[in-house]
Amino acid sequence: MNPRRIAAYFPAFAKGYLRNPLGLFMSLIFPVILILIFGAVFSNSGSQQVPVTVENLDHASAASVEFLSALNATGAVSLSFVGPDAGNLSGYLAQHGLVAGIVIPDGFGAAIANRSAVALLVFTNPSSGSEAGLVEGAVQGVANGFNLELAHGSPVIGTETLHVGSQLYGYIDYLVPGLIGFSVLVSPMFSMVNISSTWKRDKLFRQLSLTPLTRGEWLAATLLWYVLLAFLSAALLVAVGALVYGAHVTITWGAVPFLVAGPILFVGLGLLAGSVSNTPESAGVVGNIITFPMMFLSGTFFPVSLFPGWLQTVARVLPLYYVIDGLNAALVFANSAAVYQDFLIVGILALVVSLAAVRVFSWRDER
Amino acid sequence: MGGAVEVSRLVKAYGSLRAVDGLDLSVRPGEVFSLLGPNGAGKTTTVEILEGLRRPTSGTVEVLGRDPWTEMDAIRARIGVIPQEFHFFPRLSPREAIRLYARLFDRKVDEEALLATVELLDKADAMYDTLSGGQHQKVGMALALVNDPELCFLDEPTTGLDPRARRSIWAVVRRLRAEGRTVFLTTHYLDEAQQLADRIAILDHGRVVAAGRPDEIIGRYGRPERLRLIGDGGLESKLRPLGLPMVPVPGGVEITLGEKADALAILNAVASSGLAWESFSTVSDTLEDVFIRLVGREEDGGVRPAADDPGAGR
Repeated sequence: MNPRRIAAYFPAFAKGYLRNPLGLFMSLIFPVILILIFGAVFSNSGSQQVPVTVENLDHASAASVEFLSALNATGAVSLSFVGPDAGNLSGYLAQHGLVAGIVIPDGFGAAIANRSAVALLVFTNPSSGSEAGLVEGAVQGVANGFNLELAHGSPVIGTETLHVGSQLYGYIDYLVPGLIGFSVLVSPMFSMVNISSTWKRDKLFRQLSLTPLTRGEWLAATLLWYVLLAFLSAALLVAVGALVYGAHVTITWGAVPFLVAGPILFVGLGLLAGSVSNTPESAGVVGNIITFPMMFLSGTFFPVSLFPGWLQTVARVLPLYYVIDGLNAALVFANSAAVYQDFLIVGILALVVSLAAVRVFSWRDER
Repeated sequence: MGGAVEVSRLVKAYGSLRAVDGLDLSVRPGEVFSLLGPNGAGKTTTVEILEGLRRPTSGTVEVLGRDPWTEMDAIRARIGVIPQEFHFFPRLSPREAIRLYARLFDRKVDEEALLATVELLDKADAMYDTLSGGQHQKVGMALALVNDPELCFLDEPTTGLDPRARRSIWAVVRRLRAEGRTVFLTTHYLDEAQQLADRIAILDHGRVVAAGRPDEIIGRYGRPERLRLIGDGGLESKLRPLGLPMVPVPGGVEITLGEKADALAILNAVASSGLAWESFSTVSDTLEDVFIRLVGREEDGGVRPAADDPGAGR
C-alpha cells in the first residue's frame, strides 16, 4: 500500500467521474430532487383539511352561520359555498370531483328556535373512506354540541389530546436519513457494477496491472472517492431537508461510521456483482436485482415501521436497512445504543463483502 | 542465456486446447523481434505470458532474467507494453494519462517530448474517447514509453489502422530500435515484419515453425530461384533437353534454376532456337510465399517442418 500511488490515481479517477454528467447526477442531484418531490407530496399530510362544499338553503340564518363557523373551528374541514343555482348538490359534487358536501335545509334556524327536529344532508364519496369518516365525524360532533346546549346539558366525559413520542417527528425527518441511505447505496452500486464489468471488457484493469498501482491501492482510492461522495450527498440532503422543509435533523458523529462503512459495503457488493458476470449487460441485471429491493424496502422513502409485519422481516434482511436505521438513530433520535448495534452489523457486512470482492475480483488471467 | 526474452518448452493449455504447445524463443537485446502467425496461432497468449498477464501451464519463461508471473514487480518498471486493442479511460486526455503513469511509476517525464515522439501534440488535451483508432494506439505507445523501458512489447499495434497511421507507428518502432531498446512485436502483417524486424519467428498451432532473419527463412524454406520466360509457345519443347524442372505459366514457362549458371544456358538455348520471346525475369519467394507454404495447411503438401527442427526457435 503506497499512499503516493493512491494519491496519484485518485485525481485521475475523480476527474473521469466528474466529467460524466450521469454519475454526478445519480450521486448528488437525484437524491436532492427526490427529497424535494417526496417532501412536497407527503410533508403536510398530517394537517390536511378535507374540502367540504356547503349549500345553505336557510338564507344565512344566524343559527346556520353559527353552526358553520363551529364546523370550521374543528380544523378538520375547509368550507366552500355554492348557491342554489348549482342545482342538485350530489350531482355538483360528482361533476367537480369533490369529496364531501353539506346541505343546510330551508327552515334550519326556525327549527332550532322551535326545538323541532331538522336533518342536515351530508354527502360523502365512499371511495375516499377516511376523508368521508372525517367529515361525518366533524359534522356529528358539532351537531352533538348544539344538541347538548339546546338541552341545557353539560358534558360529562371530556378528552385531552397528547402526542406519543414518535409523533413529534414528521415524515421529512425520516426522509432525510432514508435518502442519505439511498445515496450511499445507489452511487457506488451503479457505478461499480458498470466499472467492474466494462473495465474488464475494455481490459482497463489489465492496463492498470502493467503499472506499479496495486489492486489494494486501486480499491483504496476508489473507496475514498465514494466515501467522499457520501459525505457530500449527506450534507446536501441535510441542508435541503432542514432549510426547505424544516426537518429536525441533528448532525452528530454517530452518522460518520455509516457514511464510511456504507459506501465500502456497496462498493464491494457492486464489484462482486460485476465480477461474477461475463458481460456488462448481465452485470447490469445482477446489479439491479440487488439494488432495487433495497432501494424501496429499507426505509428509504417510508419508515419500515409502516410496513406490514412480513415486509418488515424482509427489510431486516437487507443491508441498507441497518445503514438507514443507524442514520435515523444518529441524526434524528440521538439513540447511541441503536447506532452501535447497527454499525456493528454494517461494519461486519462491509468487511465480509469487501474481502469476498477482493478474492473474486482479479486483474490478471489466473487460469 | 542472457537474452532479453528466453522461452523454452512453453505450454499454455485451456482444457484440452493447447494454445501454446512447446514454444521456444530467444530475443537478443537491442533487436526488433517479430512473432508472426495466422490468427489463433497463439501469438497473443504468448506475449501475454511474457507480460506477466497469464500464467503458463508449463515450461520456463524469462523476461530480462526474471519470471514474469512471479517476479513481475521486479521487471514492471523496465518493460513497456502496448496490448492488442488498447483501451484507456474515456474521459482523460493523453496529457493527463501520461501524467498519471508518470506519477504511478514515480518518474519525471518530458510530456511534450513524449507527445511529440508519438505525434500526438495536437491532440494532447482532447478527451480519449474523441480520438481515432490510430490516435488511441499512439496514446498506448506513449504510456508504454513513460517508464523509459529497455524492452517493449507491441501486440498487433497496427491491426485495423489505415496505411498512414500504420506508417507512423512503424516510425516509432524504428526510433525505439535506434534508441537501443529491444522490441517484441507480434503481427499478422508480413510486410510489417519484413519492414521492421531483425529476426522473425513464424508461429503456427502454438509452435515455432520457422525462425531467423527474413532472408534466412526465405533461403531455408523458400523454393529455389526461377527464370520466367514469356514468348512463343514452342519454347517449352526447345528447352526440355536442358533437363531442368519446368512448369508452364500463362504466356510462357517457368524454369527452376539449380544454380545461377543455368540461367545463361537457358538464355543461350533460347537465342540459338530463333524463337520469339518478349521478356524474362527471375522469380524468388517472398516472405509471404514462405509464410503461406509454412502455415497454409490446405494448399500445400505438408511442408511443415517437425517441431524439433534445429532452426526453429534459435
